[in-house]
Amino acid sequence: MPYSDPDDSVAVYPDAPAAMRVTNLSFSYGTRLVLEGVTMPIAQKHVTAIIGPSGCGKSTFIKSLNRIGELETQVQVKGKVEFFGQDIYSPKVNINRLRRQIGMVFQKPNPFTMSIYDNVAYGVRVSESLPKRALDEMVESALVGAALWDEVKDYLSKSALGLSGGQQQRLCIARALAIKPKVLLMDEPCSALDPIATSKIEELIHSLRSELTIAIVTHNMQQAARISDYTAFFSTDESRIGQMVEFGTTTQIFKGAIDGRTQDYVEGRFG
Amino acid sequence: MQTTSEENLSLEEDLQADLPIKRQLFSYGMTSIALLLTALAILPLFSILFSILQQGLPQLSWQTFTTLPSPTGSVGEPDGFGNAIIGTAVMVGIASLISIPIGVMTAIFLAEFSQGSAIASFVRFVVTILSGVPSIVVGVFAYGVIVLTTKEFSALAGSFALAVVMLPIVVLSTESALLLVPMAQKLASAGLGASRFQTTFKVVLASALPGIMTGILLAIARAAGETAPLIFTALFSNSWFDNLLSPTSSLSVLIYNYISSGFVEKYNMAWTAALVLLGLIMLLNLSARLLTRKKL
Repeated sequence: MPYSDPDDSVAVYPDAPAAMRVTNLSFSYGTRLVLEGVTMPIAQKHVTAIIGPSGCGKSTFIKSLNRIGELETQVQVKGKVEFFGQDIYSPKVNINRLRRQIGMVFQKPNPFTMSIYDNVAYGVRVSESLPKRALDEMVESALVGAALWDEVKDYLSKSALGLSGGQQQRLCIARALAIKPKVLLMDEPCSALDPIATSKIEELIHSLRSELTIAIVTHNMQQAARISDYTAFFSTDESRIGQMVEFGTTTQIFKGAIDGRTQDYVEGRFG
Repeated sequence: MQTTSEENLSLEEDLQADLPIKRQLFSYGMTSIALLLTALAILPLFSILFSILQQGLPQLSWQTFTTLPSPTGSVGEPDGFGNAIIGTAVMVGIASLISIPIGVMTAIFLAEFSQGSAIASFVRFVVTILSGVPSIVVGVFAYGVIVLTTKEFSALAGSFALAVVMLPIVVLSTESALLLVPMAQKLASAGLGASRFQTTFKVVLASALPGIMTGILLAIARAAGETAPLIFTALFSNSWFDNLLSPTSSLSVLIYNYISSGFVEKYNMAWTAALVLLGLIMLLNLSARLLTRKKL
């Protein structure tokens, strides 16, 4: 049976309070409905993977969690997304403050055309002006946190564009960590990276999970199985509208999925 | 042709064989046409450069920059046009101070803040029309607005006319430079909690700076060479630049006057003025590029 009632989560996952709770979320680009009736929690200090075939709305979904999708196109949102009990789509919410709490790493590494240091310091600088000493410390701890410090500590004033793809992506993670978000959203962060860079990012996610709530979209099922605690499977229905088919612990989804579509997908019979 | 090669040639011979003669001829033919047309296109450019150098260089000396024009018909007196160089620099400078801030801000509004609103399309339409207005019409406009009001031909009126000429170039080129900045950069900035304003000024403008600079330099070069908007605004003067509210000489009007003066020394001096104008614009171009060259 597909996961539908938010209160069920208490019964199924008694040990993980939700950092975010999505209730009956529908999402349209203009008049085109792309995602319908999604209800799921994002467990606090755990990794939640969102998997599914192309076009099932998983990217759209994750971009709705920090309201970054509305920058690209006109969107309409129905339903509720709560962040520690606060409705993030409430008109009273300051969208810039929201995005500082809910950071994001994108599909392609997108460092700014600035030095490595300035990239990491950017998020801090837009909100507060710190003395150089304090800023230096924040940059260092963010780079250490993203497992990049040892590789770049001597090149902090060099252009971020000179880094390899994997390093750039870890820089983007460092940049997001620097402003100490409560939740980190990752939209297929490894899809543009080679296997070695990918495994570094996976290790990084593994080391961050005790401190940070992470939601990650991936089309790599092995990756979801390796790194996540919970998994949501998204798919499209006959009218090509995305929906969440099943949510559960990663073991449940990969070993004992209830829905036939989930079983087909995780066993590679589809998509 | 293809079948015979497959039958009779080894793989090595096949890989090294020439293309069929028809394709070779076509390829060479197209290449030569492209080269010929390129040569035709740059021929006028080089002939202008050559003429200016050939006819302008002989009169060029230090005095050209430091002295005033000698009285027409006088022989042996030092002849120069320092006043026109200063006049052009002052008027183009003031025109830049007016048109660059307004133009860049308008472009930022069009590219970043208006998001396809009706006002934005209207503004863009008006700016495009403005870019097509003949510069002499701009001169008449400046005459009507400033010269008739202040009852004086002046550097200020000339600057105003040049600013109107520059404005649409700055707006349109800045807007297209801003639109080239990838969405990913804006998303990254917004994702870190930067406001739209911070994103625009810290990320988008910085990325687009080389493109914006190109547009500004084009506008300055255009303004420095404009004659028509200055003829009945700044008029002309044979003395040093004095204040913004009196007639002022400029290189372009000086060239126009000298070419039609009928005196051979003045006619030759016009070529030198053209050479100086060209050199100044090139110098400006080079230094601006050095200054804004990407440090990262």
